[in-house]
Amino acid sequence: MSRSSIRFWIGAALFLTAVVLMTQLIRNEYPFFAGYVILQFIVLAVAWSILGGYAGYVNFGTSAFFGVGVYTAVFLFKATGAPLAVQIAAAAIVGALLGFAVGLVTLRMQGIYFSIATIAMTIIIETTVTNWRYVGGAAGIQLQRPPVMPPFDTYVQMLFFVQALLVVLTVAIARYMQISWMGRGLQALKDDELAAECTGVPTLRLKVTACVISGALMCAAGAPAAMYLQYAEPSSAFNLNYSVSVLAMSLIGGTAHWIGPVLGAILLGTTQQLLTVSISSEVNVLVLGVMLVLFVVVAPEGIIGLIRKAGRKRAGDRA
Amino acid sequence: MMPPGGPDRAPVLRISALTKRFGGFIALDNVSVDIHPGERFGLIGPNGSGKTTLINCISGAFRTEAGTVVFAGEDITPLAPHIRTRRGIARSFQIPRPFKSMTVAENLMVALDFASVGGDFIPAAQRRDTVMSILTQMGLASKADLSTLGLSQVELRKMELARAMATHPKLLISDEAMAGLSSSEVDEVLDLLIKLAGQGITIIMIEHIMQAVMRFSERVMCLDAGKIIAIGAPAEVMANQRVQEAYLGT
Amino acid sequence: MDLLLDAVVLGTLLGCFYAAVSLGLSVSFGLLDVPHVAHPAFLVLASYGVFFLNDRFDIDPLLAGLLITPLLFLFGLVAYRLYYETFEKRGSDAGVRGIAFFFGIAFIIEVLIILQFGVDQRSVTASYIGKAWRIGDMRIPIRLLVAFAVAAAMTILLSLYLSRTFMGRAIRAVAQDQEALRLMGANPVWIKQWAFGIATAVLGTAGALLIIVAPVDPILDRAYIGRTFCVVVMAGLGSMTGTLLAAIILGVAETIVLTLFGASWAPAISFAMLLGVLAVRPQGLFGRRS
Repeated sequence: MSRSSIRFWIGAALFLTAVVLMTQLIRNEYPFFAGYVILQFIVLAVAWSILGGYAGYVNFGTSAFFGVGVYTAVFLFKATGAPLAVQIAAAAIVGALLGFAVGLVTLRMQGIYFSIATIAMTIIIETTVTNWRYVGGAAGIQLQRPPVMPPFDTYVQMLFFVQALLVVLTVAIARYMQISWMGRGLQALKDDELAAECTGVPTLRLKVTACVISGALMCAAGAPAAMYLQYAEPSSAFNLNYSVSVLAMSLIGGTAHWIGPVLGAILLGTTQQLLTVSISSEVNVLVLGVMLVLFVVVAPEGIIGLIRKAGRKRAGDRA
Repeated sequence: MMPPGGPDRAPVLRISALTKRFGGFIALDNVSVDIHPGERFGLIGPNGSGKTTLINCISGAFRTEAGTVVFAGEDITPLAPHIRTRRGIARSFQIPRPFKSMTVAENLMVALDFASVGGDFIPAAQRRDTVMSILTQMGLASKADLSTLGLSQVELRKMELARAMATHPKLLISDEAMAGLSSSEVDEVLDLLIKLAGQGITIIMIEHIMQAVMRFSERVMCLDAGKIIAIGAPAEVMANQRVQEAYLGT
Repeated sequence: MDLLLDAVVLGTLLGCFYAAVSLGLSVSFGLLDVPHVAHPAFLVLASYGVFFLNDRFDIDPLLAGLLITPLLFLFGLVAYRLYYETFEKRGSDAGVRGIAFFFGIAFIIEVLIILQFGVDQRSVTASYIGKAWRIGDMRIPIRLLVAFAVAAAMTILLSLYLSRTFMGRAIRAVAQDQEALRLMGANPVWIKQWAFGIATAVLGTAGALLIIVAPVDPILDRAYIGRTFCVVVMAGLGSMTGTLLAAIILGVAETIVLTLFGASWAPAISFAMLLGVLAVRPQGLFGRRS
């Protein structure tokens, strides 16, 4: 293993250890409730940027995949009482299949048509689930949490740890894709798809692969949400805000490197949590809109881009 | 100058009855031509005559309404562009299309990563050497680790050709690589293409600069409004009355 | 059978209304290629403007729509200049960030409306709202007939503008080949800015129709992203009469599904049709441009 990989895995191990320690030492429930949401957004943002960032196919499908993850978990739990691990694994498989189907249909379209097509797919999927009586339809469905296992005292603490595991998994996968030949191929097709195709890059296959992996991870992130809320309802599970928030997080953080969406998710996710609690959910949406506009206009490469520019400037000053 | 392959050598590229339409507009009309292995083939014609369309059909960027493209004995008409590249067809673009977020060396790395699948697999350690040797051949070695954004026009054109060469092609198509260059830059690129031809690669060159076409080509084909109006030795084609009319107007 | 006939008639009228609210997008997205997902948000903003004038000063909604038209025109000029300076000038990556930009704008507008007017639904009063016309067994709401008449007028006017006036033809030209225009000495950016101004100005009347046909609320724009883009893409970008025809198809399809399967499937209709058109015939049903 290369030196940077060793550093990465040590960091991941430290992160998970810190999470477990938190669950053992902190008595108050609130940090776990808020922390869960932020970890969930990290998973969603990193997963999104596999297709949206590396390949440059800006999609609005996050809400669809997240919602499908929620409802896969709901369906399995209601039908078979399946444990959380199975719900998540099943959601990942459903997400992969959905990513494949969506990918084949939409990835042949370019630019804005692709983006609009992903909005279309999201609404169609949401409408279909809204009409599915078994999982509650438009009114939603209530869920009862199963008893929690040691070493965790509360269910939310366990969910917090589970989501932390998903963070490590998602970041590891995104990092691998980024530094591998797949990452170079995606970067080439993002820069110039026709030139990439004529240089031997199998663009459709790579795009669909990115869509499958991205979809599987986003669905997996949605599965625990059903237990987190103990309630599922189509208009909130499939809310377009997820798509736009996650898009904003990746744009704000920067899409060239996996650390970008992580930073963006932490920054925007924390801001949203603070605002919703202290002021109102409308201001939340306003901040989302303003930050999106601001970063897209002023700092198109996100925070990573700003850091890189500052680094280049300092190097230039020294030279 | 090497004589073209005789009639008993199979053509490396056989285009038969190729037709391409855009809505009501016929861009290529029943075009048929054989290109021989190792040949230096010039393609000329006024603007809009279908030269780049023909290249797009050969490289797979366009699907055709009728006709076939057979490369090295295989019918590649249904194949996607990236597969044709792996079979050995490479092209440069009229307006250079570098991968802007990468360095010059990384641009060529993409070709080594993807175009040498199945054929000549190059182990990772050797890739840097392979890239550097191609860049040295093209006179771009000093620019290897620089971003493509800083390259001059002629350097961009050479990088296009370098990246095409990195796919290890049997057939290289150069689309107006010399357009807009100064006469010494034109000579630079022309010498490069002649050197590549000397390595046994079949080259189709689209150009408007007639001296370059004359110096380079063993055979020249002239298109006008999607049809072939002349094909043969350069001097013959240039002297052809229909060719002169096409360029100057009647 | 009667039910189906009802659905077709009402759907046609509804479709004309959809055309009215989509005409602006046919210009801004269809002709100018601006990824204007905030178009429905501008529409809702206009309808709140109409509400304000109707509620405060008792002005007839259609008249109110006409009154705010010049304001909207100026707003459109400014908005396009902002978009152009930020995105089109800088080139390739623009489309992708442009759509994110307009989503941000849409969200900001949504919240500003909530902060000013609250989240509740708002409606207007006028003599033609609430009454219906009886033909045989059918009951046709007068306000839909009003929408039909106004939409037809708007389509004809806009179509004539684009084909008969100098500026209109310049707009058509810039959509096809702005380099040629530049070589002829015209300034394509100014022409596009003017066109975007017109596309926004049209929303004055369209916004009035929106609040006449049904009450509005701040997040209504989300329901119309699908409908407006579906209509514009189906129409074939840039065709005004195509917009009218495509909108009627959508209106009829939605109403039939509503009648046969209920309201819960309605949101998906426009998007399903949009997806279908994008996948199968991206140049639209009636348009010439690809």
